[in-house]
Formats: sequence, structure tokens, C-alpha cells
Amino acid sequence: MREEIAYHEYDVLVIGAGGAGLRAAIESAENGLKTAVLGKSLLGKAHTVMAEGGVAAALGNLDPQDGWETHFYDTMRSGHFINDYRMAEVHAKESPDRVLELEYWGAVFDRTPDGKIMQRPFGAHTFRRLAHVGDRTGKELIRTLEQKILTVKVDIFQEITATKLFKDQDRIAGCIAYYREDGRLAVFTAKAVVIATGGWGKAYKVTSNSWESTGDGAALAFRAGAELADMEMVQFHPTGMTWPPGVRGILVTEGVRGEGGLLFNSEGERFMEKYDPVRKELSSRDVVARSIYKEVRAGRGTPHGGAWLDITHKGAAFVKRKLPGMYEQFMALADVDITKTRFEVAPTIHYTMGGLRVDAYTASTNVPGLFAAGECAAGLHGANRLGGNSLSDILVFGRRAGAGATEYAKNSAMPKIDNAEVQAEVERVLAPLSRSEGENPYRLHEDLQEIMAAHVGIERNGPELEKGLARLQELRERTANMRAPGSRQFNPGWHSVFDVQNMCLLGEAIVRGAIERKESRGAQWRTDFPDELEEQGKVNYVQQVTDKGIVVRPEPVPPMPAELAELFTRGVAPGLANAARKE
Amino acid sequence: MPEDITLSVFRGDKGGGDEVEYKVPMQTGMVVLDALHFIQAHDAPDLAVRWNCKAAHCGSCSAEINGSLKLLCKTRVDDYVGEVIHVRPMHTFPVIKDLVTDVSWNYDMLRQVPAFQPAIKAPFTLQQRDVDRIQEFRNCIECFLCQNVCHVLRDHSAQDRYWGPRLMIRFAELEMHPLDTGDRMELLKGAAGIGMCNITKCCTVVCPQGINITDNGIIPLKERVADVYWDPLGGLVRKMHK
Amino acid sequence: MAQTAESLQPAKRKSHSLPYWVEPTFTVLALGLFGLYTLWLVFFQSSGQFHNYLSPFFSPTESWGIKVLPAIWVLWSPLLFRATCYYYRKEIYRGFLHDPMSCAVPEKRKHYFGETRFPFSWTNLHRWFWYVAVIVLVFLWIDAVQAFIFNGHFGVGLGSLIMLANVILLSAYTFSCHAFRHLIGGGSQKFTCADGRPTTRYKLWNRISAWNENHGTYAWISMFFVWFTDVYIRLLMHGVIHDVRFF
Repeated sequence: MREEIAYHEYDVLVIGAGGAGLRAAIESAENGLKTAVLGKSLLGKAHTVMAEGGVAAALGNLDPQDGWETHFYDTMRSGHFINDYRMAEVHAKESPDRVLELEYWGAVFDRTPDGKIMQRPFGAHTFRRLAHVGDRTGKELIRTLEQKILTVKVDIFQEITATKLFKDQDRIAGCIAYYREDGRLAVFTAKAVVIATGGWGKAYKVTSNSWESTGDGAALAFRAGAELADMEMVQFHPTGMTWPPGVRGILVTEGVRGEGGLLFNSEGERFMEKYDPVRKELSSRDVVARSIYKEVRAGRGTPHGGAWLDITHKGAAFVKRKLPGMYEQFMALADVDITKTRFEVAPTIHYTMGGLRVDAYTASTNVPGLFAAGECAAGLHGANRLGGNSLSDILVFGRRAGAGATEYAKNSAMPKIDNAEVQAEVERVLAPLSRSEGENPYRLHEDLQEIMAAHVGIERNGPELEKGLARLQELRERTANMRAPGSRQFNPGWHSVFDVQNMCLLGEAIVRGAIERKESRGAQWRTDFPDELEEQGKVNYVQQVTDKGIVVRPEPVPPMPAELAELFTRGVAPGLANAARKE
Repeated sequence: MPEDITLSVFRGDKGGGDEVEYKVPMQTGMVVLDALHFIQAHDAPDLAVRWNCKAAHCGSCSAEINGSLKLLCKTRVDDYVGEVIHVRPMHTFPVIKDLVTDVSWNYDMLRQVPAFQPAIKAPFTLQQRDVDRIQEFRNCIECFLCQNVCHVLRDHSAQDRYWGPRLMIRFAELEMHPLDTGDRMELLKGAAGIGMCNITKCCTVVCPQGINITDNGIIPLKERVADVYWDPLGGLVRKMHK
Repeated sequence: MAQTAESLQPAKRKSHSLPYWVEPTFTVLALGLFGLYTLWLVFFQSSGQFHNYLSPFFSPTESWGIKVLPAIWVLWSPLLFRATCYYYRKEIYRGFLHDPMSCAVPEKRKHYFGETRFPFSWTNLHRWFWYVAVIVLVFLWIDAVQAFIFNGHFGVGLGSLIMLANVILLSAYTFSCHAFRHLIGGGSQKFTCADGRPTTRYKLWNRISAWNENHGTYAWISMFFVWFTDVYIRLLMHGVIHDVRFF
């Protein structure tokens, strides 16, 4: 029987309905282009809802000395200078406008006493910079974008998964996708495609990410010839829950330490004094995560392999007022009253800094017509992301990707998708349902997570990485032969076939990047190369799928122009230096 | 000493279905969603359940557990020691498969609410006290449990005459925004059907975000409707005041 | 925070709640018995006065020439105020009309039009009955003061205290009303003056909002206390008991 396929044509097709995807679609639709958004989940459920702390923007509402220069300075320093300075500059300059735009669209931020948007301090931000709504900022952000997009002319496809991007010669031509609800297939032909599918934290077992973070868009684009960069940079958030088993990895907000929480090992020692005597608990995420890990390795871990986090000295009333979400989370899920007792935390996979290599101004990839924004794109965060920069990232570059796609689509004709390619993909997509023998996707996912934890976790070294690569390649072969019994109607086993394939590909890219970067920098910690090396700081490792398989090559980090480089010569952050100069 | 727990999960689609029993080994702190994941990985890979964050932020995993309307990710298995845990899909919405229901009607209605119409350009000057009450409403995670429990939708299927508590909260957050200039009263009384609500408060009871839907949202809106349609004297006073 | 802060409390672990029919049954019994008692007063009792004590069912005694049964003269207003009260409406719909009896309990009724048609649409007049209830409340306060004046001299009897408590509870019920909460400030969109300070309406709304959280509790307690006050005075009238004079 020949498969019934629906065909759609759009000027701009956005894959991913999180913050970046919605913002991109709003931009292109407001410019009058025929736009569609595809999302794996229901509208407004994307991983953006999980963001707690806030959105970083140098509004200067509480600290007037703040400005884009200081935000830029903090971002570059925290990324260990392998970020694309142009992205960091654009990001720092445009974040305040994007936040105010949200307010105009109906977002309701917490207020300062004089009625402006409230901003909170966060790890490694020089000034109070994170606009927020309690500890649920991501929800406010995506809800606002959801409400906005419902009022503009965008076709929204919910619970639909893209499995392959098509090209017309060199340029992008569209994608094929299946509806999760009933397995119907649809082909989307589009002049421009924006990838905004987020990260791939689910390749790891202990993660704060939701199920959607399987890196679909990045993997699809990678297969279609797009370049990935900085794949080795995977952020461990220092504080995830450890117990009970079902909640292992769920985020404990940085706000707990921000509000005064202290870390202790099993011997009662406040060990951060040893690793970072100045910033202690409020050191950057890579440092704190590594320190907890080292303590556990030295046999000073808590019963479930972590460290104690203690905020009881602040008093019950304070904790309940400042951290209501955390109080409730521990009470409901772990039976722990954090106002009365210390609790265990351990590092958890939180964010993927690497991803699709994009142009700073248009968010275009190396594939003509293909754009990327948000967590699936690389460049802004370098080797370590600052808290709060992810939400501003999706707004700034979501909009820029939408604008870039608009510009591209306006100046190009509708591409053609080769029918033979479509038919081949239809066959591949449906095959797992009819296989009588094959691998269990859930089991392979567990295997992948085990490999990632064992060989390319927080602590890395050459031999382990090589072993991991070999195991992943073997696993990738097994993923070609998965079986999903049941019908096409909302069949999670079938859905996870494609998730697992995508994560295996990206997992391999993580390992390959980690093998090439022979140094320790930010999130990359190699015990065989424990130091940060100047030479390595001048390159990003870029990967591409070629006829010969995945090829990794170093690309020079673009050098900063003099006026920006000068900001880093004063010994202090620009805002502080200016203030000092005035005095 | 892990003991087994028994889950009886609805399996079926719009054509009908029945509950099927599964045994799952108990783990400390396990939530019902964990148990369903275990079933997926071991017994029924095609068991359909919607979920995203597993931390009660996204509102995807709404279901009916032993007759109570809850989020699967927030309901502990050890709350039901010695009982069979019956898990069923939301009653009010059409079943797609197993625990997954078609909630698209809610989005269709959300699309019909006239958006925020600010009086001025941002940045706004607003005090925290001005936004407190709308922030409560904006804490909604759109799990649609309130829509599910609302008897107007659940038992009377009056979707054509009432948009449900979630939508009322959407109206409330707009109407109470200090800078909104929109007037949605006619819609609220007419097509959105606020009069269909008889304030029996079940929406408030089931809200996993603890939003006081009835007292802080719907009743103040009913009073606003009364301002316009049942209080000519008050209307006159307000006009003179302006 | 003017809004109730339920979201700040941790999710309650398993609540061992009562069977769902307990609450509606209680409502039916309590309101039913109160209704029967009231009817008995209307048709079989013509007065509620014992010296300086006046039953709230029969206040005010002055009828300005209008001839109706004494108990009906005032009774209609608090009755309508309570019947249209947002809290009682919930209890009545659940208890008497089973619309719904309790959350997620199936309903048998086929036709439902909520509060869109008469008589239920008239619940929108709640604020008007509130105005009338306030007028009645003024008389009840006067009565409460009278209850401390024995033959022109100040004194305190058990009855005086009961009548004072009664009028305080009735005031708490009346001023925690949802409609009043709206009229006093909830209806305004902005709570801040030009100078950044809170408006008076905000402060009042904030206060009333706090009371409003207990509106249901006040509703029951004040109803039972009115009942009790009348019974107490009626027992005095019939000489069954004697008032306790403190001084």
C-alpha cells in the first residue's frame, strides 16, 4: 500500500517550539511570511519552562553601572574565550530590548521598589542582572511567546517529529515529519528552515533535562551537512538532586547557593574554601561541579554520592520566601524539609554549549537556507555558560534567526524535494514497526547513557575517550536495527527510535570533540591534560559529516577587534572600571 | 526488600478500551510516572503517556489516579500502599491513546482571547503590588486539570457555551493588568460564558499550582461583569469618576 | 501579599479526606434545619424581645407602617444576601442541586445553564443585597448597644455578650464578602498612586482579601450564632432559663 503523505509549503519552517523557535516564527510571521512551527510536544511545554533563575540582560535597573560591555566581558570570560565574540557582543547589546519586548507582549516580571524590572545576582555576573519571576522565569517567557504566537499568523503543528532534512542541490528544501498522535507523515517544503530544537542532555542518565532534549535538530542538520562546533563542551550543573532514584538529576537552583547555601563533604568540611578561596560556593559552575566530584572520588561523598548543601542557618521563613519552589520540590519528592535539614546534591548534566555553527548576525549555518538558534547552536557560550544567558540567548538569536530566514526566503524561490528521497525516508521511518526482530530502543538508550557516563563524563582522559568512541560506534550500528512493536498510534517505543539515533550521533560528536581538545578548559576536564593551554584557546573544533564519515578540524577562534580586546586589559570588569575612573 | 506494586492502567483509544494490570518493583520515592516508564521499558513499549519535565513545571502529565485528578510526576506511589493504583486518562477530553488525550480545544479557545493591549510602550513602571495578583494567574502550567474537573465541561459537555477555568484565568490576568486597555466583558459574558460557572470550586481544588482560581479569578471577573450588566448605578458613578 | 498564598505551601502528601458525600450532606442538614426553624419563627412567633435583648430575627421592631409578618419584615434581606453569597452558592449547588455533589463525581442532571438564566442569574444582584444587609447590620449594632443598657444603666449580662458576639460575627461575614471585596478595591486595575505609594483602595482591598479567605467560616459560624442568639432570648422569654448578670 502506498503511504498517504500530506504536503505543505512554507516560506519559513521552524523546527522546535521552545523559546527560540517561537521567537523566530514570530519574527518571520510579523514580516508577512508564511510560517510554520513544528514541536515535539504540546505548545508551551518545551524545555524552556524548566529555566528558573532568570534572563540575563544589562538593563542596569539596580546597578546603573551595568552595560553591554560588562555583560559581554562576563560572557567571554566565563566561556574561556573560545566563544564567538560577535555573538557575545550582539547578545549583550540586544538582550535588554528583547526583555522589554516581552514585557510589552504581556510578561510580568518581578519589580524593583521604584517599579522597574527586578534583577537578581547570579554566579559570575558582575552585577545584578537576571530579570526574573520568582523561580519560574522560563515559564513566564514561554507562556508570553505562546500567547504572542497565538495572535500572529503562524501555523502551529503540535506533537510532530521531524526525522530528516531534505536538500535541493546545496540549499535546504524542507523536511519530513510524523505526527506522534497517529503516525501520519507530512512533508514540509520550505525556502528557509530554522532549527531550534534545544540540547541533547538526555544522552546522559543524570540530567536536569526533559525528555525532549534529544538533539533532533542538531543531528538532522549534521546529517544534512551542517557543521557542529564545540561539541565537547557539556555543562554539568553542580547541584542536582541525588535521592530518591526517580528524581536523580532534577535541578537544585543555583539560587540556593546565591541565597547563602553552603556545601559540605561527609567529614563536615566546607570544601569550596579549598578549591576557590575567594568565590567559594559561588564560583563558576564548572569549578563547583568539579569540586564536588573530586570530593566524592576522594571518598568524602555523601551516602548517595554527592555533597551536603545546607541552607538551614538562614531560617525557615527566609527559605520559604526566597526559594518556595525548592522547598516544595524536596518536600513533595524527597520528604526532606530543607529548612530543617541539609540535603544531598551532585552534579547533573544541564546544558550543551556546543552545537550548530552559525553566523553571529543572521544565525545561518553553512547550509544555504538553514538557520539555527538557541541551545542547538554553538558560539555564544564557549566553554561554559553563564546562568541566565540561555534565556537571553533564545530571545536574541531566535529573533535573529527569524530575521535571517525571512531575508533568505524573500530572495529565493521554492525549492524542490526529490520524491525518491522522501520514499526512502518513509520506508526507514516505518521499518521499526514491522521488524520482527530488533533492538529495544529503551535498552539502547540506557546503554548510551551508560557509555556517556563511563567514558565522557565530568572527568575525561584520552584512553577512556577512545574506548568510549569505539563503544559508541558499535552502538550506532545497533541503532540501525531497532524494533518498536505496536501500532503507529502514539507509540512511545517507536518515537524513541529516532531520539536514540540522534543522541548516539551527537554523543559520538561529543567524544570526538573531547578527544581533539587536548587540554582542560571550562566544562572540558581532562586528567591527562589538566591545564588550560594558550594554543588550544585559539581554536574551536568543528565537525562535519563527509563521504569519509565524521571529520573534525580546528578552526581559528575569530580574534576580537582592539576596542573589545581592550575591555579585558583593565583587570576589572568594564562597569567597575568606569565607576572607579569616575571616582 | 523491594515489593511489587500493582498498577491498573487504561489501555485503549477512541474506540474504547480497558484497564490492564502491571506489576512494578517499588523504589524509594517513586512517582506514578516512574512506574509507567518502567512498564514502557519492560512490558509495554507502546504505552502512551504524555510527559516532559518530570518536575511539575510543564503540566503535560495530567491524569486521573484512583479517581483524583493529578499530575503523574508529582504523585508518589507510596501514597497508595496496599492499594491497586488505577491510572486513567482525563475524562473530559477525547482519548487519543491510553493516557494521552486530545486537548487541542483549549488552545483553540486561548487563541480567541483578545491579547494584551498595553497603553504605553515598555519599559513599564509598575509596583510589585500591582502585579502580585496577575503573577498568581501567570503561574498556570496549562495542565488543564481544571478544565478536566469542571463539571460544566466534564458532565454537561458545554464546551460551546463555556470556555472553562483555565480560560477564565487567562481573562483575569489580562483584565487585571494595570496597563491593559482591552475590554473583554462582552466576550466574557457572551461566548466565553462566565455565567455557566457556578463557583463550586473544584478547579481550585485540583490546581497543582495552588492558584486560587475561583476566589481570585472567576469571582472578581463575575463582579466585573456585574459592574457592566447588573449595576447601572455603579456604572454611572464610574462614568462620572472618569 | 493580598492573594492567598496556597502555592507557597508544600503539596500535601496523602490527605485522608472524608467521603465526598459528607460535606453536601452536612450542608443539607444545617441549612434545612435552619430553614425549618426560620419558618417556624415566621408563622408561629410574633416577637423576639426580652427586656433590652432583641432577637436578630426581629430587628428592627419599627416597621414604619408597613404591615407584614414581623419576622418577614427584615428576614428577606439577610436571606437574599446569604442566598446570593458566593460561598453559600457553592454549598447549595453542591448540597441541594448536586451540580456537582463533589469534584469529579458524575452528575445525572441533563440540562444545565449555570447562572445564565433566572433565577440563578439574579445572583448577580449580590452587591445590592449587600447594601441592604449593611443597613440591617446598623440596626443590629444599635440592638447590641441596647443590650448593655438595663433600665437606663450600663450593665453586662450573658445575653449582652451573646448579642455583641453575634453582631461582630455578622459584621465579619458581611465585610468579608466577595462583592464588597470587589467594590472596595478589587475592581480597580491599578493599586499605586503617581508617587509610587499604595492607594487607599489597595490597602482596603488587601485587608478585605485577608478576611475574605475565611468568608466560608464566617458564613457558618455567624449563621449558627444568630440561631443560638434567638434560641437564648426565646428561652429567656419563656422563663426556661435566666440571664446571668455579671454587673
